[in-house]
Amino acid sequence: MSGTPAAPDPENRTWTDRVRRSVRTTSTSRALLYVVLFALVAFYLAPLEAGIMTAFKTQNAFNTSLPFFPPLGDGFTLEAWRVALDKLQSGLVNSLLLAIPATVLSATLGSFAAYGITNVDWKYQMPIVALFVAGIFIPYQAVLVPLARLFTIVDTQALLSPLWGLPFMHEYYANLINLIIAHTAYGIPITFLLFRSYYRNFSDEMLEAARLDGASVFSIYRNIVLPLSKPMFAVTLIYQFTQVWNDLLFALVIIPSGSGSSAPVTVALNNLSGGIIQSFGLQMAGAFIAAIPTLIVYVLFGDQFAKGVAS
Amino acid sequence: MQRIYRKLKRLVSGEDESLRADGGTTVEHAESESLLSSEFVQSLPFWLPPFLLMGFFVYGAIGWNFIISLTDFETFQLPTYKLSALDFEMYRQLFNDPGFWTAARNTLVLLVAFTGLCLVFGLILAIIVDRDIRFENTFRTIYLLPMSLSFVVTAKFWAWMYNFNSGMINVTFRSFGLDFLAHQWISDPTTKLAAVIFALIWQFSGYAMVVYLAGLRAIPDEHFEAARVDGASTWRMYRRVIVPQLRASTVSAAVVLMVFALKAFDFLYVMFGRQPGPAADILATMMYREAFGSLHWAYGSAIAIVLFVMALAVVTPYLYNEYRRGEL
Repeated sequence: MSGTPAAPDPENRTWTDRVRRSVRTTSTSRALLYVVLFALVAFYLAPLEAGIMTAFKTQNAFNTSLPFFPPLGDGFTLEAWRVALDKLQSGLVNSLLLAIPATVLSATLGSFAAYGITNVDWKYQMPIVALFVAGIFIPYQAVLVPLARLFTIVDTQALLSPLWGLPFMHEYYANLINLIIAHTAYGIPITFLLFRSYYRNFSDEMLEAARLDGASVFSIYRNIVLPLSKPMFAVTLIYQFTQVWNDLLFALVIIPSGSGSSAPVTVALNNLSGGIIQSFGLQMAGAFIAAIPTLIVYVLFGDQFAKGVAS
Repeated sequence: MQRIYRKLKRLVSGEDESLRADGGTTVEHAESESLLSSEFVQSLPFWLPPFLLMGFFVYGAIGWNFIISLTDFETFQLPTYKLSALDFEMYRQLFNDPGFWTAARNTLVLLVAFTGLCLVFGLILAIIVDRDIRFENTFRTIYLLPMSLSFVVTAKFWAWMYNFNSGMINVTFRSFGLDFLAHQWISDPTTKLAAVIFALIWQFSGYAMVVYLAGLRAIPDEHFEAARVDGASTWRMYRRVIVPQLRASTVSAAVVLMVFALKAFDFLYVMFGRQPGPAADILATMMYREAFGSLHWAYGSAIAIVLFVMALAVVTPYLYNEYRRGEL
């Protein structure tokens, strides 16, 4: 809705457009509005801008220049990025190995569950729906101790021992598998809700017609519901990817401390320290490197993300 | 499938009247079918496995956690689940622990202040962005940007923003000659929690804005017209007409923001480690420290149950309300 307000398209009229019909808006107040808007941009971007500037500064430039000023001349260095990337790269790989399967699995299972409960006729679904949805709101602290216990009792590493002989497989992947299982299970409630609100808007007639034709529950899903679910899959995958990538708590609990090799990037970033002198440049460079995947996803699919978040 | 699509097409174009006419009888047929071929049984493979997986990890784990909280499971000694050995000792200790009450108070302050301020700020943002501005999408994207970052990343940024010597906030004050405003933001107990809340508002107010924007645009024209005819001022219009209409948006945004606040553990952990100190200790950090730091598993589990009950108190009325409105 960035166009001029002249267009009388009722769909495109915003609230204040209506307000403005009775309140005379002067150009001064209009200018003031944009001043406020840009001040807010500064508020939201200031930490990021100062962070980027700092990440490119030498220690000397850091000590002598203002945080939000760009590094000049000798003050410019890529050292922090090089060190941070070096320390975070195995974390980045682990996070990818973890986030992609966990995201796809929880989105698929959420879609299955929402279809089986929303679009198939049977009574008394509400208690099940309530149990699914309430799962979104549980504080994760309430499951941490059992979760840690479970993965000491169930030894995934031993169970999957034949796998570790294969090329490119490492025993520490067992920790990642545990994390994938946990993220999938705890992702189901939110993916269920996202898909349910989407499937509820499917026309009954459409599915009823297929039913009358004798299509099975499975073939209706496979041939009608699944192809129509693509936009919702996009939203759910974006949301879940961000959630899993950004998680620290489960990784802290499920990945044994000290096993650096299987730590996802959030854990690696938290452990990132610049030796004796605390180097903010290193911390900032590391933070940006860890944030890049979700920032890319967000910038590319930001609008869908916003829509999904709002629904 | 071809058959289904053809039928669909006929249905949509309204050619197949017979299909609709006998819709009622087919339902009766379905009810008399054998149980095995009923839709309910056919739907089981779809929802039951995810339900069991989620149920085990969510409700099973909470149940297990509750039982652990009744034991005296500590260090590496395994819990005894003997019925006679289960008691509420951990809860008694907990309620006698002044640290617990501090953490509980901080949790409430964080929940209420963060959620309330985020809502107010988000509403203001939404009203500003809704003023028919140019590049609305760009502004909206920027305001929502911090939400895509993880707590670990935002905590790193804000730990530095608040740094006493070289942090941006203090340096900016000093460079304007306002040295007296420079402050130990995250070491001083009096400003610690406020500093955390401020950073969290930075991260999540964009979310409240998005929800309110959707709400603002869903208000029907007539409500505004009526207010205009009454000659209401802009301020009155917002206060009497718009804000009350946004009740549903407020409730849904508030619930989600509270969930974010409960997850603020990551943020505090990165900023302060295991010991945020009494001024910023919340139940989530206390639980993690007791269980995974001091290996007081049963004690940590008891804190977790208190936290769970708090969440339940917020969420149950919300879910019940959604159910009544047919939104669930």
